[in-house]
Amino acid sequence: MTTNVITRVIDGAQGWINERAPGLQQWMDRHAIKYYAPKNFNFWYFFGSLALVVFVNQIVTGIWLTMSYKPSAAEAFDSVEYIMRDVDWGWLIRYMHSTGASAFFIVVYLHMFRGLIYGSYQKPRELIWTLGVVIFLVLMAEAFLGYVLPWGQMSYWGAQVITSLFGAVPVIGEALVEFIRGDYLISDATLNRFFALHVIAVPFVLAGLIYLHLMALHEVGSNNPDGVDIKKVKDKATGIPLDGIAFHPYYTVKDIFGTAFFLVIFAFIIFFEPTAGGLFLEHDNFLPANPMVTPEHIKPVWYFTPYYAMLRAIPDKLLGVVVMGAATLIFFAVPWLDRSKVKSIRYRGPITKILVALFVVSFCILGWLGMQSGSPAQKLVAQILTFYYFAFFFTMPIWTAVDKTKPVPERVTFDH
Amino acid sequence: MAEQGVNHGRRRFLTATTAVVGGVGGVFAAVPFIKAWQPSARAQTAGAPVVADISKLEVGARVIQQWRGQPVWIVRRTPQVVETLSSLDTRLRDPNSENLDQQPEYARNATRSRRPDVAVIVGICTHLGCSPTFFPEMQPQPFDSEWKGGFYCPCHNSRFDMAGRVFQNVPAPANLRVPPHYFIDDNTILIGLDADPKAA
Repeated sequence: MTTNVITRVIDGAQGWINERAPGLQQWMDRHAIKYYAPKNFNFWYFFGSLALVVFVNQIVTGIWLTMSYKPSAAEAFDSVEYIMRDVDWGWLIRYMHSTGASAFFIVVYLHMFRGLIYGSYQKPRELIWTLGVVIFLVLMAEAFLGYVLPWGQMSYWGAQVITSLFGAVPVIGEALVEFIRGDYLISDATLNRFFALHVIAVPFVLAGLIYLHLMALHEVGSNNPDGVDIKKVKDKATGIPLDGIAFHPYYTVKDIFGTAFFLVIFAFIIFFEPTAGGLFLEHDNFLPANPMVTPEHIKPVWYFTPYYAMLRAIPDKLLGVVVMGAATLIFFAVPWLDRSKVKSIRYRGPITKILVALFVVSFCILGWLGMQSGSPAQKLVAQILTFYYFAFFFTMPIWTAVDKTKPVPERVTFDH
Repeated sequence: MAEQGVNHGRRRFLTATTAVVGGVGGVFAAVPFIKAWQPSARAQTAGAPVVADISKLEVGARVIQQWRGQPVWIVRRTPQVVETLSSLDTRLRDPNSENLDQQPEYARNATRSRRPDVAVIVGICTHLGCSPTFFPEMQPQPFDSEWKGGFYCPCHNSRFDMAGRVFQNVPAPANLRVPPHYFIDDNTILIGLDADPKAA
């Protein structure tokens, strides 16, 4: 074997570390080098790794933003403008962070859709899905807290609306709202604690949850577009699934390609359209917070609007809050609502395909309705779509059971 | 270690008592962390009463006074407005102020005020805390064809009449709050206290 100095040094260093940190090599093997993933992953399988890329982006740019941001009601708005105008490259770091927030939800929504169509929540992957839903909920909290920090009009009134939701809790509601705000109104105290939660508490929780999500995945192995269990057919000599390939280098390379493609779009938005026409950064948030004047038209950022439309559709405060909460929590039940014998939508019948398509369409329309001012006609549409949203989940045990299925192949299908 | 002579009952007892004492300690240790979220002493003193001068407030007009960081509206209602209030009763959720949390006892009347012509109302929607917009004109509005003047919340379309009473079929669950207040003289209102503490 021919070796040169460089490989000898690297091998030597690796050996030196492995002798002293005995778990390291096994850890690398278990989660990358000898983690066998199905070889038929398609486009939809980029979004898990992209979510991780965006998470790292948010952490890094977030740390840099805290270096110039002032978490006080008097200084917050100005400090963000200071970052935008006076800090070298501050505008880029801030736009990476604000665009990253929306990108996070785009990739997470697509990642969840992938799980939904390929039945990736079915046995034995219920825990991966459940942890994923927890990540989704925590991510929503993180995004909301972060949106308050620039202390613009939408920050202020968004915080007012969201904290008021807790006032719908019977008996203790009012006291709870005061407890969360730390004052009789949204104030400096509220901003300061939201900053603490946004930059320390919630990111820690998110990082932990993401780790658990991945560990749970690597315990049972990845699903795939065919929903075939690759562990059923293994090489007799090595015990490696015949339809599996090592995550590293095959999927690390694939994910790097996906990341590069994603970054092209991400950079385009950052450089040319960072507000996304008011979708990613709302126009009213370029005005400093004013507790005396509510903006004409209050709406959350786009990723919350489907749920916001549901809240508005219900003409009762407590019921509206309950419906909105239930709409996010219902994802937890999906692994137990689906009674189909097959995982992937590829081998399911027309009922599933139509209902899932309608679900996606209604979710998008709800998102659009949540941005509108809410005419009586729009309210009616929102009510109908909210009903469909819940009906989709509540009747899932029926339509997944009665829908026709096609035979699932032994091995994954793979287009070379 | 040898199992010889192990007193399992004693071991269980010690484990249980240690866990219980540790748990109680944990609960007490959590108290400061929870209490630290309450409004601080500074926030509480900032909630002191404020005085509003309404000598320059014209009939039909409104001024906004800030109290505890919230907008408090003072409206000098016209006689027509006061007259029309009772005609709205059938369209309201709580026309007789049955919800006692929303006003002091002295404002639990037909006009929800100490004086029929002067309304003092916290301008925060009881739905999700937006500040409704003042629409005093008695004319059809896009949101209500029989509008008799009042307040309309742009956030979620809740409507209130000129006494801050909530209409039916809107998301807001309760009438707008009437803050504690009293008249120092005809043109001066103190917001934040029910009565002069020195007089009592």
